[in-house]
Amino acid sequence: MELTLWTYEGPPHVGALRIAASMEGVHYVLHAPQGDTYADLLFTMIERRDRRPPVTYTTFQARDLGGDTAELVKRSITEAVARFKPEALLVGESCTAELIQDQPGALAAGMDLGGVPMVSLDLPAYSKKENWGAAETFYQLVRVLLKDQLPAPGFTKPDPTRWRQEGRRPRVNLLGPSLLGFRCRDDVREITGLLADHGIEVNVVAPLGARPADLQRLPQADLNVCLYPEVAGPVCSWLERSFGMAVVRTVPIGVGATGDFLVELGEKLALELSLVGEADRRSRLPWYSRSVDSTYLTGKRVFIFADATHAIAAARIASQELGFTVVGLGTYSREQAREVRAAAQALGLEALISDDYLVVEKAMAEAAPELVLGTQMERHSAKRLGLPCAVISSPLHVQDVPARYSPQMGWEGANVIFDSWVHPLMMGLEEHLIGMFRHDFEFVDGHLSHLEGASGPAAAAPANGIASTAAGNHSRLADGPGTSQDTELVFTAGSVQAGGGQELGLNWSASGEAELSRIPFFVRGKVRRNTEAYARDRGVNTITEEVLYDAKAHFSR
Amino acid sequence: MAQPVASVAALSSDGIAVPSANPGAASSLERPDLIQQNGQREVFCGLTSIVWLHRRMPDAFFLVVGSRTCAHLVQSAAGVMIFAEPRFGTAILGERDLAGLADANEELDRLVRDLLERRPEIRTLFLVGSCPSEVIKLDLAKAAERLSRQHTGRVMVLNYSGSGIETTFTQGEDNALLSMVPLMPRSDEDQLLLVGTLADGVEERLTSLFQRLGIGLIRSLPPRSSTELPPVGKGTRMLLCQPFLSGTARALVDRGAQFVRSPYPLGVEGSRAWMAAAAAAFGIDPATVAAVLDPLVERGRRALAPHREVLAGKRLFLLPDSQLELSLARFLQQECGMELVEVGTPYLDRLLMAEELALLPPATQLSEGQDVERQLDRLRAARPDLVVCGMGLANPLEAEGFVTKWSIELVFSPIHGIDQAGDLAELFSRPLRRRALLQLP
Ligand code: SF4
Ligand code: SF4
Repeated sequence: MELTLWTYEGPPHVGALRIAASMEGVHYVLHAPQGDTYADLLFTMIERRDRRPPVTYTTFQARDLGGDTAELVKRSITEAVARFKPEALLVGESCTAELIQDQPGALAAGMDLGGVPMVSLDLPAYSKKENWGAAETFYQLVRVLLKDQLPAPGFTKPDPTRWRQEGRRPRVNLLGPSLLGFRCRDDVREITGLLADHGIEVNVVAPLGARPADLQRLPQADLNVCLYPEVAGPVCSWLERSFGMAVVRTVPIGVGATGDFLVELGEKLALELSLVGEADRRSRLPWYSRSVDSTYLTGKRVFIFADATHAIAAARIASQELGFTVVGLGTYSREQAREVRAAAQALGLEALISDDYLVVEKAMAEAAPELVLGTQMERHSAKRLGLPCAVISSPLHVQDVPARYSPQMGWEGANVIFDSWVHPLMMGLEEHLIGMFRHDFEFVDGHLSHLEGASGPAAAAPANGIASTAAGNHSRLADGPGTSQDTELVFTAGSVQAGGGQELGLNWSASGEAELSRIPFFVRGKVRRNTEAYARDRGVNTITEEVLYDAKAHFSR
Repeated sequence: MAQPVASVAALSSDGIAVPSANPGAASSLERPDLIQQNGQREVFCGLTSIVWLHRRMPDAFFLVVGSRTCAHLVQSAAGVMIFAEPRFGTAILGERDLAGLADANEELDRLVRDLLERRPEIRTLFLVGSCPSEVIKLDLAKAAERLSRQHTGRVMVLNYSGSGIETTFTQGEDNALLSMVPLMPRSDEDQLLLVGTLADGVEERLTSLFQRLGIGLIRSLPPRSSTELPPVGKGTRMLLCQPFLSGTARALVDRGAQFVRSPYPLGVEGSRAWMAAAAAAFGIDPATVAAVLDPLVERGRRALAPHREVLAGKRLFLLPDSQLELSLARFLQQECGMELVEVGTPYLDRLLMAEELALLPPATQLSEGQDVERQLDRLRAARPDLVVCGMGLANPLEAEGFVTKWSIELVFSPIHGIDQAGDLAELFSRPLRRRALLQLP
């Protein structure tokens, strides 16, 4: 038994529902009580879908339990098949039905379904979760639909370069995009375009938008692109094992990864791709990141928590393409924990693998980041801690399904990422400043734009010379290189300040406190943190104004 | 109301008594047959009511003993998650609990101990049963007793079922209140007991109006502080604020309360009748009632007028969801001039609904329970102008060209009382006004 307040993932049957709802012509009969119909709103409200997910719930009640719930299952199946005429039928149960052991899959197998392929789903509700359920459902569905095409043992693997002999373009499958995944709809469009630019055709996209008959065409592709390992990992491995299909596993999120993705594709397909300069031509991220304006991004402390795919991608972009410092990296996807651990280790961090948002929030507070990249759970934690945040992964909320085209993958995805990560860094500050301090003369709106130039904030600081100096130089006192422009962009929340000073044997004298209070509020937390670190290092117990100045001198070296 | 106080005898606590002769509903003979449906229900389970109950009683914690599905339901129904640590959570049963490897009761004790340590402000802990806990027959009543003993003086532990196999959506509140009834102190003093969660502001307003009418002592169940349970006894006149409190009403009658029969306080007329019924139960002279309420009624009707203009003559279809459907239908028909196509309700408690039923036009088509696909077939055939439905159905129906109002909002919004009637009507007129405003291809 485990206490859960908010959860990252739903139960595994919600994963199955995501597959069914993503596809066309699939219907899911779910043996479940009425309350479980809440899952519909995930699609109709969060994804803003214009139709109900294709699911029939048996909605058995307590009074049915004594009687024949199996009969109810059979009736539901018969009615669903008659009404929806599915091209493939999924049959399964939710947590409660699992306990009463009607085995709906076995019941369905004994029924005449008029030849509709049926997949019996066995998703252990008490040990597995949503993403696992989605991956398992996708895998089982593909397996059932391809069972007649299974090559005999000892078959020769199809050659991914056979397109040449066959005198046609190479073609690939894009596997994994699904509803309630992060920006899948737009990623598919972006990657389809990217492939087209390089003369590669898309054979099947699945599950999003695919019909069962499309899944039966999967083996016609030269290889599979595993776009979202959370959903498509098992399918890709199975197709590799059973059909000998090659897999491209690089996930093209970020400029570097998109390049690597193309390289991997080119190698596996034996296709000459002229990639020189493509990133610079096709994406603005490389230039925007090199431009002087972006110097203020240097060393920004960023905390990342997401599904494994997006967490790993974000860590790479943050550290290699934007020059941030990753101060925390983690995931709730236990299935991919190994990959995330490796990515964290490469950055000198220990990965946080947890599905307890309070643990994540605590780690976030301790890491004292300047930007949080997370799920909608982290958005809330960040809001509480007063930190700017961009959502980069499911679980998502209705506002994370924007009307405009906003992929994460490919060249355009990199542009979207640049904008959506850099924007909150500025907005976080502006909103708070404008909102809370609009009456303070030193924080008039005009001073909030970093385009004001280096003299902006320093000149705007209070007449008090010391505070002004502190403001002007805080970036060094704070940490890492930077310009005085940082003043505007570093916003440290009250909660971070509250973290300091209480430790054993460390206290602030009245003069120290007074000096600290003259430092503009938005850098005060950092100054406090660094001064305390300095004092601890030197075994100083009482922080006076002199210690503060010593620390300042130390950090500006 | 002609006979505001029901005889206690008419209300036995066992099951849903259907009075044979329904006063005021003589016309029921002409009523089209009730459609009773027993198919797929598109209704949340009783766990959902935690979303508003925990706001009402800030010193209480609601611990669902269930599965990941239960946790996900409450989270999805809550929609917003602005609380650092919400005052509700789920003790998720794992394989070890089910396989008997871990003693579920010991696990629960441990989890509750940790929880109470972390949340010292909690005074009442509700153990909320779910489908899984009921199917494995985890005895939460016993657990609550045991835990109450373990934490005597610190926290009161209660239990009730919010499971989907036993309850729908708003019935969770009925069960929660029912679990508190035995703890209510006994007192025979005269008091008006408002039963059912109201928005705080609305409650204050209604209380002050009752005082103006001359009712001295007014208390509420649930109280704002879970430890300050109102007393109950012979002098208690019980006035239901919500129509979904069948079990609680019967239990309070068993404890001596007099049931004040009335339509529910939705709309100007419904709210007036509701307050007048309470006044009559205290023997307050109708002239006093008129003097206090008539100006409000007058103002309320004025507030309704613009919405009535939008709503009058429009055809309304209510799918079963919050159990408020009959009252809403009565209000929208009687006061806003809408035509009722079909009025669905998750279940029909004829006793609690007698006054509402009597006010509905004789030809109203009622339906009880649900078979969602067939009901949607009827809906499509009838092409109503406005559909009241749950969140899962709203967007799909909009996409089919219907105008909808999702009903969950109704249990979160301050809609009770004469003063709120305009706002209540606005909830229904807005989607229609919006549809008229939009000039989209
Ligand atoms: S219907 Fe039952 S299993 Fe489903 S969420 Fe409600 S209580 Fe939990
Ligand atoms: S606050 Fe934002 S993220 Fe949270 S529930 Fe509301 S809209 Fe969604």
